[in-house]
Amino acid sequence: MSEPPKAERRPIVTAPLVVAGVCLVIPFIAILWVGSYAKTDPAFIGIPFFYWYQMAWVLISTGLTSIAYVIVRRHERARKAGAQR
Amino acid sequence: MNHGVNGVALGVFVFFFVAVTVMGFLAARWRRADNVDNAASLDEWGLGGRSFGTWITWFLLGGDLYTAYTFVAVPAAVYAAGAAGFFAVPYTILVYPLIFTFLPRLWSVSHKHGYVTTSDFVRGRFGSKGLSLAVALTGILATMPYIALQLVGIQAVLDVMGVGGGENTNWFVKDLPLLIAFAVLAAYTYSSGLRAPALIAFVKDGLIYIVILVAIIYIPIKLGGFDDIFAKAGHAFEQVNPATGKPRGELASGDKAQWAYGTLALGSALALFMYPHSITATLSSRSRNVIRRNTTILPLYSLMLGLLALLGFMAIAAGVKVKNGQLAIPQLFENMFPDWFAGVAFAAIGIGALVPAAIMSIAAANLFTRNIYKDFIKPAATPAQEAKVSKLVSLLVKVGALVFVLTMDKTVAINFQLLGGIWILQTFPALVGGLFTRWFHRWALLAGWAVGMVYGTVAAYGVASPTQKHFGGSNDQIPGIGEIGYIGLTAFVLNVIVTVVLTVVLRAVKAPAGVDETSPSDYTADVGDPGVQAELPPATAGAPGGH
Repeated sequence: MSEPPKAERRPIVTAPLVVAGVCLVIPFIAILWVGSYAKTDPAFIGIPFFYWYQMAWVLISTGLTSIAYVIVRRHERARKAGAQR
Repeated sequence: MNHGVNGVALGVFVFFFVAVTVMGFLAARWRRADNVDNAASLDEWGLGGRSFGTWITWFLLGGDLYTAYTFVAVPAAVYAAGAAGFFAVPYTILVYPLIFTFLPRLWSVSHKHGYVTTSDFVRGRFGSKGLSLAVALTGILATMPYIALQLVGIQAVLDVMGVGGGENTNWFVKDLPLLIAFAVLAAYTYSSGLRAPALIAFVKDGLIYIVILVAIIYIPIKLGGFDDIFAKAGHAFEQVNPATGKPRGELASGDKAQWAYGTLALGSALALFMYPHSITATLSSRSRNVIRRNTTILPLYSLMLGLLALLGFMAIAAGVKVKNGQLAIPQLFENMFPDWFAGVAFAAIGIGALVPAAIMSIAAANLFTRNIYKDFIKPAATPAQEAKVSKLVSLLVKVGALVFVLTMDKTVAINFQLLGGIWILQTFPALVGGLFTRWFHRWALLAGWAVGMVYGTVAAYGVASPTQKHFGGSNDQIPGIGEIGYIGLTAFVLNVIVTVVLTVVLRAVKAPAGVDETSPSDYTADVGDPGVQAELPPATAGAPGGH
């Protein structure tokens, strides 16, 4: 019922964090836009576009998540260092 | 299906199975807590002492999420209908950016307050035993058929190897191999807890990776390359199915199927980490960053899943003809591989069923113990009693799954699994919503959950297919949009709308909001912060949470 006192540091949203957020959102846009890849050409080593494109997105989204990971980790370290000072 | 027993394949299969069994029992001693008091607690048995690092967590989560059933069912779906069955790949692409945002918060708050299950968190956050009970029951209900399907996966492999599948043998001989596999699974889960599947997951994933790599290179060479495979598959999909009057499938989603494809991928992604077994594996990790790091390496499994899905096309091109689609891939292996390697492949699938079945039964047992037994039956239970009840319940859950598989038609298990996915998604607002905001009202969440459950169940019941009158699929028309989409996601949207509207109303009339025992900093706490311990002492883990 009573909210805990809000003396704590509020989450600060910095520009890099926004970039991290964008990295995490991009796969959703790419994947949910099914019409953009629901076709068979061009094929890659005989595999229709529909399949190799989505498998390529496994790699792309992994890259994007990794970028987000590095950014968030840096942010947390900086914040921790700031809190100790 | 039965051409007699494949002796070589069976020999290899049995060899791996025995090796894994020995490992399962030895696992009890692996990375064990030195502290004797600790050894009997639920944290030890049910979360492996919460000590797993990046790689073990990776294997454990991989072994947990990519189950034997997945390995059998995904290519089977592709074999049956083509593009529509491939949704498992976009689904697993979306999972990782999604969990990146909320799982670290769940880890932190759970380690700060000693939560073992998602229901523990919901109770602590919203001060509502009712809501916590709803989440726990949903979790248990959704997990049971999932365990049953793992046994179905083992059955498929045994069938193709020529043991246990015959129509003429009596039921006991027929089911004996499955009973043995089951007894072994139950025994080592009971004695070793979460450590057993974690250790066995190494073997399972090693085998699976080898099998997939070999299959994806060796089979296309034998079949004349991907060009030929897809040409043959495309031709097969054009054949009109006499039962429906429509083509069997398509190589890329047609206009009408795109909503279904997208909503199924999104809905499944949202649902995956609501399953208790995914959370169990997550909470057993050592720190927040272990989880985040895992979101960057777990997609390796998605890649493998994509390759595996392509096996469905290869089964068509290789001329595999099975009535039961579940047998398509085991049959492909049997036809294409030399006997000994077919044995390795079958062992991979068989062991692949044991790991998740063990974790799922532990997760369901944790839910029962913490959120039903301790909250409603015996609030004063000691940590040792909790662990004991959990062990027994995990056994009961598995027996239940076995009875389910042996007495009922396989389609019943699959129907329930489909319903389970729809149901578990309805716990998303309470769990993930609760991780970010306390704005939602507990009663509104409960009402939203109920609406989603009822809508999802009724809608799924009404879906007919050529072979089934009810539960014929997971897609239905989306009200208001008119496209065909995933029922679970529609139910979820309804759930959220009800929750938001009722929250506004309940806040306006100042309905009691319940006590929140967490504070904002709990959600970002990490190892080393005050109050956070990697291994929780039993006193904390067993301490009464919220009242």
